[in-house]
Amino acid sequence: MTLAARAPAALADEHLQQALGRITDRYRLVRARAREAPDTVDRKQRAGEIRREILADLDGWIDQVTASLELVGAVVHRCATAAEAADAVVAIARSEGSRLAVKSKSMATEEIHLNAALEAIGVEVIEGDLGEYIVQIAGERPSHIITPAIHKTLGQVADLFSPLAGRVLPVEREALCAFARDHLRTKFLNADLGITGANFVAADTGTIVLVTNEGNGRMATTVPRVQVSVVPIDKIVPRLADLGVILPLLTEHATNQSITAYLSMTTGPRRPGEIDGPEVLHVVLLDGHRRDLVGTPYEEMLACIRCGACLNACPVYGKVGGHAYDSVYPGPMGSVLTPLLSGGTEGRDLPFASSLCGACTEICPVGIPLADLLVRLRADLRAPGPVVPLRTARTPLGPASTGSGTGASIDSFEPARPPAAGFPWPGADVPLRRSPWFRSIGWRIWAGVWCRPQLYRATLALGRLVTWRRRGWCRRLPGAGGWTATRDLPSLAIPGFRRRWADREHGP
Amino acid sequence: MDHSEPAAVRPQVALFVTCTVDSVAPQVGMATVRLLEACGAEVVLPRAQTCCGQPAVNSGAPEAAAVLARHFVEVFEPFETIVSPSGSCVAMVRHWYPRLLSGRWRTRAEAVAERTHELTDYLVNVARRTDLDAVIAGGPLAVHDSCHGLRVLGLGNAARDLLGTAGAEIVEMADPEACCGFGGTFALKHTEVSSAMADAKLRDAAATGAACLVGGDAGCLVHLEGRQRRCGIGPPVRHIAEVLAEALP
Repeated sequence: MTLAARAPAALADEHLQQALGRITDRYRLVRARAREAPDTVDRKQRAGEIRREILADLDGWIDQVTASLELVGAVVHRCATAAEAADAVVAIARSEGSRLAVKSKSMATEEIHLNAALEAIGVEVIEGDLGEYIVQIAGERPSHIITPAIHKTLGQVADLFSPLAGRVLPVEREALCAFARDHLRTKFLNADLGITGANFVAADTGTIVLVTNEGNGRMATTVPRVQVSVVPIDKIVPRLADLGVILPLLTEHATNQSITAYLSMTTGPRRPGEIDGPEVLHVVLLDGHRRDLVGTPYEEMLACIRCGACLNACPVYGKVGGHAYDSVYPGPMGSVLTPLLSGGTEGRDLPFASSLCGACTEICPVGIPLADLLVRLRADLRAPGPVVPLRTARTPLGPASTGSGTGASIDSFEPARPPAAGFPWPGADVPLRRSPWFRSIGWRIWAGVWCRPQLYRATLALGRLVTWRRRGWCRRLPGAGGWTATRDLPSLAIPGFRRRWADREHGP
Repeated sequence: MDHSEPAAVRPQVALFVTCTVDSVAPQVGMATVRLLEACGAEVVLPRAQTCCGQPAVNSGAPEAAAVLARHFVEVFEPFETIVSPSGSCVAMVRHWYPRLLSGRWRTRAEAVAERTHELTDYLVNVARRTDLDAVIAGGPLAVHDSCHGLRVLGLGNAARDLLGTAGAEIVEMADPEACCGFGGTFALKHTEVSSAMADAKLRDAAATGAACLVGGDAGCLVHLEGRQRRCGIGPPVRHIAEVLAEALP
């Protein structure tokens, strides 16, 4: 089932349409803020450069971050696939005898379907982020990477919470939050496993950085005895100091905040004398086909900071919501990522679900040319199979090569030189994937006809003939159902432009 | 035509009319000619022109688009200045041609792309004739910023400056930059979403009380008007070239 097939139901869902209005409102605020700030262009440029620094030697940076994490006492698990990552967390929960896991908000754990894997071995998993919690109770997946339950109205949340509360909760923000807070606080205090993602991990210090507004990140990283952080490898930033540039851009674009209410940094497990923090810290580094993107036009996506601004900006997302994408990551960034991270098995229609208006490219705080990537993907997806060559035959993300990066000190991290100029266009010189000869044969015939002026004009004449009896506008036209199902189609004008031009030049 | 002026002071402009205007909106093409002549240009129509090829690149057939890109380059290369009443088609030439073509063709395409201008951009920034001596009568106008002109070409306020200088009252929609939902083949593949986006745009325009919704791309306008004929929302939809040309002295 495609987004196009799911769209009519989404468009007819009044609750959803009401809820989606909030997204568009947020986008306009974020856009206005970015335009009014005098230094937005410079900051975006710098952030984009920092994010692309790791691309030149991603494997080296993975080794570096592994070394830094181990140096501060974390146990690092390097996982090539989503399944491996889920297995690693399950093995940790088993060996630690975990019974109750609380999570801070994390899309990486959605990506590896962690909740189901833990529940399968009898671990109770509670989402600590209010939006994630709502989605969890509803048995759904997040419809937005920042605001997971944006598709729910207050009334729907009250309907979900009331059975848990054992009474009818009022349809009021405060009452519903109060219930969730009480309920979740108890879980947090009794949890023996804290699970987080990471907004970033700093390669120089091995610090895992989380931004939240509800403190679920802080709770999950301070209370439970064992912490597991699932960190996709594109979360690496070279230096902790880089966050001075990147974090404000993230929060401004995600939630229109200068900084979130909570900023949690975990550098290793609890040290002697410290009063909180996990006794054991596991970090699961997840590849999940990200390394495959390096050196391809799509490596740009590894710069993404998951702010969700492109979702808010996207007029298609704003009409159909996140669930219509049927993928972990919806919206423009999801439409690019889903076919790539799934190895070409999911979301192959998503790159076409865009009017290519470019609002995503414009709002992106790290300069990812999302609209151009969508266009490129449309061509690369003509051939079956994975979009980029997968690394199965190449070096898997195994244990760190010995000696590399170990013992690095913060002093050895010089700020990188900025790249030569601006943001590169993705892959103008990278050849497209070879596709079967019959794909887009229609377009090639069309181009062969329309590059010949006489045939082009003949086509227009034929068009005039076909729409002749419907002068003005056609309500229906055989073969044009995609247009005329909801719109009138203009008849080809008589006289056409060429005739009018000729009449004007030479007199009628 | 004024033959008294020496040819040297009448800049020659090649009209890139676009296949959409050529086929379904010829009045927009004629209005463009009048505007270009009003600011002193000698307009020529390269007869061999066809389509910029954008539908193919957007449908994942860049090699087919490249065939038309090469044709465009050959047809328009002889001309010093190329002007088109479509931000989207000009964005195709300026943004995509250098990316679709390689080697010698890319160099040639880049040279042609630099000389290809969207109509309002040409009037305001090249001809420097924001004031066309036009006088717009009638009610207030709402301006829809078509996406490719806005975000790929960076047209900014050119349309509003031209309309405002001609005396039009401009009323702003809640989001004049929101996509109308056309998107070329997107309108066919995602009919319902595309139409829902059109409805939002038309409602936004209706809420301003504007007498007319003005846009700069025939594709968007045909889509909006086609939808309007079904749903009945919003003021009449017109191309900026028509609005300005009608107001010429």
